[in-house]
Amino acid sequence: MRDEFLRLEGLTKTFGASTVVKDVNLSVARGEFVSFLGPSGCGKTTVLRMIAGFETPSAGYIHVDGRNVTNLRPNQRKIGMVFQAYALFPNMTVAGNIGFGLKIAGMGKDEAAARVSEMLKLIGLAGFEKRYPYQLSGGQQQRVALARALAARPSMLLLDEPLSALDAKIRVSLREQIREIQKELGITTIFVTHDQEEALSISDRIMVMNAGRADQVGTPFEIYNRPQTRFVAQFVGTLNVIEAIVADPRERTVKIDSTLINLVHDLGARKAGDPVSLAVRPESVSLGSRQGRESRLSGKISDVSFLGSVIRVRVGVGDSQFSLDTFNNPAVPPPVAGSPAEISFSGKDLLVLQD
Amino acid sequence: MRRSRFLPWLGFALGAAYFLLPLIATFEFSLREKRDAYSFLAYANVLNDPNFRATFTYSVTVAIATIIVGIVLIVPAAYFVRLRLPALRPVVEFITLLPLIVPPIILVFGYIRTFNSSSFLPLTNSTTGTNILLTFGYVTLSMPYMYRAVDTGLRAIDVRTLTEAATILGARTPTILMRVIFPNILISVLSGAFLSFAIVIGEFVMASLLNRPAFGPYMQNIGANRAYEPAALAIIAFVVTWGAMGMIQLLARFAPKTSATLVE
Repeated sequence: MRDEFLRLEGLTKTFGASTVVKDVNLSVARGEFVSFLGPSGCGKTTVLRMIAGFETPSAGYIHVDGRNVTNLRPNQRKIGMVFQAYALFPNMTVAGNIGFGLKIAGMGKDEAAARVSEMLKLIGLAGFEKRYPYQLSGGQQQRVALARALAARPSMLLLDEPLSALDAKIRVSLREQIREIQKELGITTIFVTHDQEEALSISDRIMVMNAGRADQVGTPFEIYNRPQTRFVAQFVGTLNVIEAIVADPRERTVKIDSTLINLVHDLGARKAGDPVSLAVRPESVSLGSRQGRESRLSGKISDVSFLGSVIRVRVGVGDSQFSLDTFNNPAVPPPVAGSPAEISFSGKDLLVLQD
Repeated sequence: MRRSRFLPWLGFALGAAYFLLPLIATFEFSLREKRDAYSFLAYANVLNDPNFRATFTYSVTVAIATIIVGIVLIVPAAYFVRLRLPALRPVVEFITLLPLIVPPIILVFGYIRTFNSSSFLPLTNSTTGTNILLTFGYVTLSMPYMYRAVDTGLRAIDVRTLTEAATILGARTPTILMRVIFPNILISVLSGAFLSFAIVIGEFVMASLLNRPAFGPYMQNIGANRAYEPAALAIIAFVVTWGAMGMIQLLARFAPKTSATLVE
C-alpha cells in the first residue's frame, strides 16, 4: 500500500443514548479515492463530518498526514468539502465564491484571481466569473462548489453526497469529471454516497457501512464479487440469497433442495446439518445448461420481466428464488411463467455469507 | 356561474374608508390655516420652526443609533439561536415579544429606577447617559419587529450549511457573520431597520419621561398649543412612516435569489 494519509482509529460517535458510529477503523493512502457507501442513517455522513471537524468523536482518533487532528477546529484542518446542497454563498459571484477561501488565507489579489481562473478552467466554466449562483444550473453550481473546495489547495477533499440533488444524466457526467479532476490533482478524496453504482464506478476502494459499523472495506471488484456479509451482498448489486444445509464441511458440499452442490469457498466452523446462507449474482446463473456451470437445479419459472435488451427471469427452486438475466433474442420468444426450468451455475460463484 | 363581486368590493371600500377618511379629514384641516382658502401655511410654519428641525434631527439620530445597536445585538443573537441553540427559540421568541406586552411607561419607570443618579450605573446623571438609556429603551421597544425580520431572513437561507462551508474554507465566526450571513439577510435587516425607524420617530412616552428633545414630545406640545400645525405634523409623520414602509417594499426586490433559473 502507498503511504498512509488518513487514519481513522476506533472512531465512535454517540448522540444521547444512540451510538451512530461504532468503532470505525480505516486507513486511506495518499491520493486514494475512497467512498463511504451505505443506506440513509448508517453513519457515513457522521464519519465524514468527524473528519471535517463538524462533529467531535465520542471516542477514537483521526490522523491526517501523520498529525492527530481529532480536536482541531474545521478551519484548522486544511480540508476542502463539497456539500449535498451546494452551499454556494448567494451574495457572491462565481469568482467571489471560489476566491473566498483564498481571501481568508490572505492571498494577494492578482494571485487569487489567477487561481480562480485556473479553477474555472479545471471545472470547464471559464467565463462564468461574474455570474451569481442563482444564474447557474444545479450541475454548474456543484462544479463551482468543487472549484471553491479545491481553490485553496487543501490536503484532502470531502464530498458529502454531492450528486444526489442532480438528475441522472448530469450525475453520471459530473461523477466522471470529479474522478478526472481527482486523478489530475492526486488529492486524497472521501466520497459519501448511498448510490452503489456511483461508488463502484469511481472509487479506488469502498467502505460499506451498516448501522454505524464498517461492514467491509475493499476495491469495487472485491465488494461486488466477494461480499463478506449478508448486508454487503444484498446492498451492493442484485443478489440471490439461498438458504442451504451443510452436507460435508471438509468436502465443502451443501444441499440445496436435496441436490448436492460443491463449493469452492470455505464453510468455516459450520458442521454437517447446519444452515448456511449462500449468495450468487444473477449474471452467474444460466437458464438451461451451459459449459463451465456444472451445478444444476430444477425448478419452475415464477416470473418473467421484459426489460428491453435483457429479460429477467425468476425461478423457484424449493424455498429459494433465483433471479437470472438472459439477453433478448428477437428470434426466440421469452420464457413463460409457470413452465418448468433448469438452471445452472458454478460452485465457485456461490459465496458463503457470514451473518 | 360567476360569483358576485359586490360584497368583497363593499368590504374593501368600507375598510379603505375607515383608514382614509380620518387621514383625508386631517389633511383637509391642515390646509385651512388661511381663512377662505386652502394653503400649506401650517406646513410652512412647522417646517420653519427651529424646534421642529432640532427635534426631528434628534429623533432621526436616535433612530439610527437604535438601528445600529439593534442590528449588532439581534443579528448575532438570532444567528446563534438558530445555529447552536435551536431548542431555545421559543424562549427567545417569547422574550422578544415582551415589549409588546409590557407598556413603555412601565419600561421607562423601570429604567429610571435602575439607572438613576443613585444607582450602580447612573446613566440619567448626564445628557449622554440619558441619550444612551433612551437608545437602549428604543432597542427594546423595536426588538419584536427587528428580531422577527432577522429571523425570517435567517429562515430563508441554509444557515448551518453556509456556516459550515465558510468554516471549512478557513473563516472564523465574525467573518462568517459579516461576509456570509449578514449580506444574505440584509433585506430582512433593512425591513427591521425601517420598522424601528417608524417606531422611534414618533415615540412619546420614553422621550418625554426621560426629558429628551425628541419629535414625539414636540408633536404633543404643538398639539396642545396650536390648531392647524398638529394636523400638518401628523401628515408629515405619516409620510415619513409610510416612506419607511415603502422602502421595505422597494428593497424586497433586491433580496438575494437562491434558486437556479437555468437548466443544463
